[in-house]
Amino acid sequence: MAFDYEKYIRPGKLPHIWCPGCGHGIVMKGMIRAMDTLGLEKNNTAIVSGIGCASRLPGYIDCCTLHTAHGRAAAFATGVKLAKPEMTVILVGGDGDGTAIGGNHFIHACRRNIDMTYIIMNNYIYGMTGGQFSPTTPHMHKASTTPYGNPDPSFDIAKLAIGAGATFVARGTAFHANQIDKLIVEAIQHKGFSVVEILDDCPTTYGRRNKFKSVIEMMNRLKEVAVPVKAAEKMTPEQLAGKVLTGILYKEDKPEYCSEYQKVIERAGGAAR
Amino acid sequence: MENKLPTIEINERYCKGCHICVEFCPKQVLEMKGFVVAVKNLEACIKCMQCELRCPDFAIKVIP
Ligand SMILES: Cc1ncc(C[n+]2csc(CCOP(=O)(O)OP(=O)(O)O)c2C)c(N)n1
Ligand code: SF4
Ligand code: SF4
Ligand code: SF4
Ligand SMILES: [Mg+2]
Repeated sequence: MAFDYEKYIRPGKLPHIWCPGCGHGIVMKGMIRAMDTLGLEKNNTAIVSGIGCASRLPGYIDCCTLHTAHGRAAAFATGVKLAKPEMTVILVGGDGDGTAIGGNHFIHACRRNIDMTYIIMNNYIYGMTGGQFSPTTPHMHKASTTPYGNPDPSFDIAKLAIGAGATFVARGTAFHANQIDKLIVEAIQHKGFSVVEILDDCPTTYGRRNKFKSVIEMMNRLKEVAVPVKAAEKMTPEQLAGKVLTGILYKEDKPEYCSEYQKVIERAGGAAR
Repeated sequence: MENKLPTIEINERYCKGCHICVEFCPKQVLEMKGFVVAVKNLEACIKCMQCELRCPDFAIKVIP
C-alpha cells in the first residue's frame, strides 16, 4: 500500500529544499515510517537539530520541533528530555554539525546515556556551506578546502559513539532505504542514548568533486561498501577491506541519565515523579 | 483481481528528476520526460514499491 507520508509533514512544506538525489529525503522518510510503526504521538515527540542541510529536517515534520544552533542539538535536546522525560526525543543532523563543531556535545550525550535517539546523516562533507571537508571526509578525498586531497584521517562515527558510552549504535545507508526505519525503531525502543548513523550522499558538493558521475553512482557505491554485521562474521579481513559494517553494531543495558537524575532529586528531598 | 494494474501517481511539482526511481525499478517501468519522471510501461510493474520507497522527494506513489 502506498505509505501516507504527508500526514506527518507540515502542510505546504513540500517540496523540500534538498538537491535532486540528496539522501536526506530518504532518511526523513525512514524516520517517518519509524514514527508510524511506533505510533508516536505528535505532541509527545520532539525532534531537535543543529544547523546544516541535514538539520533542516525538523522544519518539515508535524510534531514538536527545535532547530537550534550549529552543533548544539544534543545540548538543547538534553534540556527537553530532562524537563519532560516522558517525551520521545530524536536528534537529527549532519556529520559536520555532529562531529566537528558539535563533537563535544555528541560525546557527552553518549557518556550520559540519556534516553534519546540521534540520527546522524553522514555525507562526508559540509553540504550546506559549499563542500568544506568534515571530520568524516575520507583520507585524500576532495573538498572545497582540500582541493588536493584531505590529509586528515577520518572519524568512524559508530566507533566514536561506542567509545564515548552510547548504549545502542547502528549504521545504515541511504541506499538500503528499507532498513532505515527498522534501525530507528530499535533505537527509539532502546532505553539509553542511541546513535543511528546513515551513510548518505551529497551529489552537489561531495559527489562532483570526487569523480562520481551521478547520484546513481553514489547510491551504488553505498550498496557496494555496506556489509551486514551478520555476513561480516563469515568474512576474512581481506574480504572486509574497504567495507563498512551495517545493522545494529552495539547494544548494552546501562543506567539511564533521567532515571539516575531522578534518584538525586529524591535524595535531595525533591518531588518524586 | 491479481491482474489489476496499479496506479502510479507522480507529483510533478515535487519531482526533481534525480533518476533514482528510474534506475532502481527492476522492470524499467519508468522514464524521464524532460526534467520529471513519467510512466513508460505500466503493464510491466510488479508493485514492488521500490520507486516509492527510494524517492527522496515524496514524488511517486504506487497504489497497488
Ligand atoms: C557557529 C556556526 N559556524 C559555522 C556555521 C556555518 N555552517 C552552516 S552548516 C555547516 C556545516 C553543515 O554540515 P553538516 O552538518 O555535515 O550538514 P550537511 O549540510 O552536510 O547536511 C556550517 C559549517 C554556522 N551556521 N554556525
Ligand atoms: S548541498 Fe548536499 S547535503 Fe545539501 S541539500 Fe544539496 S545534496 Fe543535500
Ligand atoms: S512498483 Fe516496482 S516495478 Fe512498479 S514502477 Fe515502482 S519500482 Fe517499478
Ligand atoms: S526518485 Fe522521485 S524525485 Fe527522483 S526522479 Fe523519481 S519521482 Fe522524481
Ligand atoms: Mg554533511
